[in-house]
Amino acid sequence: MQSSLLQLIIIQFKTFAREPEVIFWSLLFPILMAWGLGMAFNKENESVITIMQVKNDQYPDPSFRKFMETATEIKNINSPDGKAKERDVTIQGLGTTHYKVIDGTWEQAYVLLKRGVVNLVLEERTEGLQFHFDPKSGEAKASYLQFSSILKGKQDDLAQAMIKPLSQKGTRYIDFLIPGLIAMGLMMSTMWGISYSLIEKRSKKLLRRLVATPMSKSSFMVSQFVARFVLCAIEALVLYLFAKYFFDMTIEGNIPALITLFCAGFFAFCGIALLLASRTSNTFVGNGIINVVVMPMMLLSGIYFSYHNFPDAVIPYIQALPLTMIADGIRGVFLEGAGWAELVKPILILSTIGMVTFVSGLKVFKWY
Amino acid sequence: MHPIVKVSNVIKHFKDVKAVDGIDLEMQQGEFLALLGPNGAGKTTLVEMIEGIQQPDSGEILIDGKHWAGHAKELHHLIGLSLQETHFIEKVTVKETLKLFASFYDLPKTRVEEVLELVNLREKQKAFVDKLSGGQKQRLALGIAMLNKAKLLLLDEPTTGLDPTARREMWNILMRLREEHKISLILTSHYMEEAEYLCERIVILDKGKILAQGTLSEILTANNFHEIIEFSFKEKDVNVDFIRNSGLGRIDLDDKTLKYKLFVSDIVVQLPTLLSLVKLNGFSMKSLECHKMTLDDLFIEMTGRRLDQ
Repeated sequence: MQSSLLQLIIIQFKTFAREPEVIFWSLLFPILMAWGLGMAFNKENESVITIMQVKNDQYPDPSFRKFMETATEIKNINSPDGKAKERDVTIQGLGTTHYKVIDGTWEQAYVLLKRGVVNLVLEERTEGLQFHFDPKSGEAKASYLQFSSILKGKQDDLAQAMIKPLSQKGTRYIDFLIPGLIAMGLMMSTMWGISYSLIEKRSKKLLRRLVATPMSKSSFMVSQFVARFVLCAIEALVLYLFAKYFFDMTIEGNIPALITLFCAGFFAFCGIALLLASRTSNTFVGNGIINVVVMPMMLLSGIYFSYHNFPDAVIPYIQALPLTMIADGIRGVFLEGAGWAELVKPILILSTIGMVTFVSGLKVFKWY
Repeated sequence: MHPIVKVSNVIKHFKDVKAVDGIDLEMQQGEFLALLGPNGAGKTTLVEMIEGIQQPDSGEILIDGKHWAGHAKELHHLIGLSLQETHFIEKVTVKETLKLFASFYDLPKTRVEEVLELVNLREKQKAFVDKLSGGQKQRLALGIAMLNKAKLLLLDEPTTGLDPTARREMWNILMRLREEHKISLILTSHYMEEAEYLCERIVILDKGKILAQGTLSEILTANNFHEIIEFSFKEKDVNVDFIRNSGLGRIDLDDKTLKYKLFVSDIVVQLPTLLSLVKLNGFSMKSLECHKMTLDDLFIEMTGRRLDQ
């Protein structure tokens, strides 16, 4: 008869293979997400600026009226009284900007501002054209600067600037996204896969039944980890291959260092997962506990957008999160050609986190 | 020879509940023993302490003369058990589940085949566990308990929630086991018939204490009033104080059937007295039935509650 460790691992794989949903959520879903986000941000999309005008025929602004002369009526627009015009303006190096100008009153303007439909409101007054916008919003500010330059007939100033579009590999959004998705997949798969399945086995009294046999407890844990590791590795590999063939991504840095980082990250999450699942037998409580740990990392660790937008004071804390360490590490190897020198620190820290949480989790682990 | 199980003055509290409140129990090898009692009587807690799953607050438990502390590995091999409710892994087949558990005991493949036969699951060997009926799941749990040919089998409510056919099938398997192998069995149940049918010794538990123990006839005859007259009146809301004060025996009203139960020592002597008393008070009977006391009756008589409550 095969050893019990082997049997336990085989059973784990069989349960994965027999739940087709598992394959979808762990393999297909990240790819769909990468594809969707990659396409959305990679497209040569024309920028659209939607403006609300509060007309005052007593004080027409000549430059604005001139701009609107060549604008055409938009049909089927969701505006307060259905009146809106559009016009495209192309500037050398900046591409085409599509302007939509909606007619309305101040009341209507407030509604559309609140809904985020427009971020710029124009008003014709005695003293001239007035721009209303939130100066704290970068987008509104950019819309204002661009539109006011055009009205002043200074679009050439914009075009004369030395503009060189970035489309080089490694600087695209997809390049930023894929390493983040690999890191997040590792976290999600490990935390949910291991924690949840342990809690569920406890709530169904299966753990209790298992330890009433001579089964070795460490074999049981190892089987959980081994099976999950194989799944995580396949997941990461599939995502990478997709990015390689679909978005032409390459790994610039040291691959053995990358694999070691991946393993250290896996170990850290295994330990955390074990610790989180060590006491409760209620799957709802488990759900909450896992979310409390997973959600902040998902939001803060710079998976979708750089965490450098957060205040400087919190950045060191964000960088100390395991998910940030893994995502930054993978990004370093993928995009910046990082190697052992850069990765040795996160690898050591992650391994230590894994070791401490694993040992303490196992110590307080409730089998009954 | 050691008793296979020896429980001495075991106490186990949960917060403010005394789950097991000073129990002594000795069981010889080859004995089939039933722990009978309603929910919350302490059956499961007692069994799980014997299984080494829970630790007593005080007292001593010896299995085949050995403590759990220091002999866990050995005792795991000596015991086979099924818990009150275990859900095995859903998308794993019956045979794979047995194989997995067999691997923990280092058993040969042939043992899995044998057990499949013993618990009548040969036809279901390739079925996923979550597709099994209640009876089949319980037989799988029993099969796992039997894998290692344990000397001592502990089954916690193996037939609770099963229909009569499935229960009967379970009993047949256990009876066969009893005849063919020299094993000892502790079984918990709240079905009196099950205890009567399978076990020579019955221990009745309530609120963590032993109420009565012995063979069925020992338990029943230990009580002087072991015959019962069950009856109801045509009239509504009869005040039965005239019977209660007659000294015939204890009288109870069964809430479920709305019949009175009079516990007497000898029906032949006391029935005529009862009938004339009823007539004298101007009432007439709607139904009348006499029988010997069952364990259910005994339990009601001792606690005022039903066993299957």
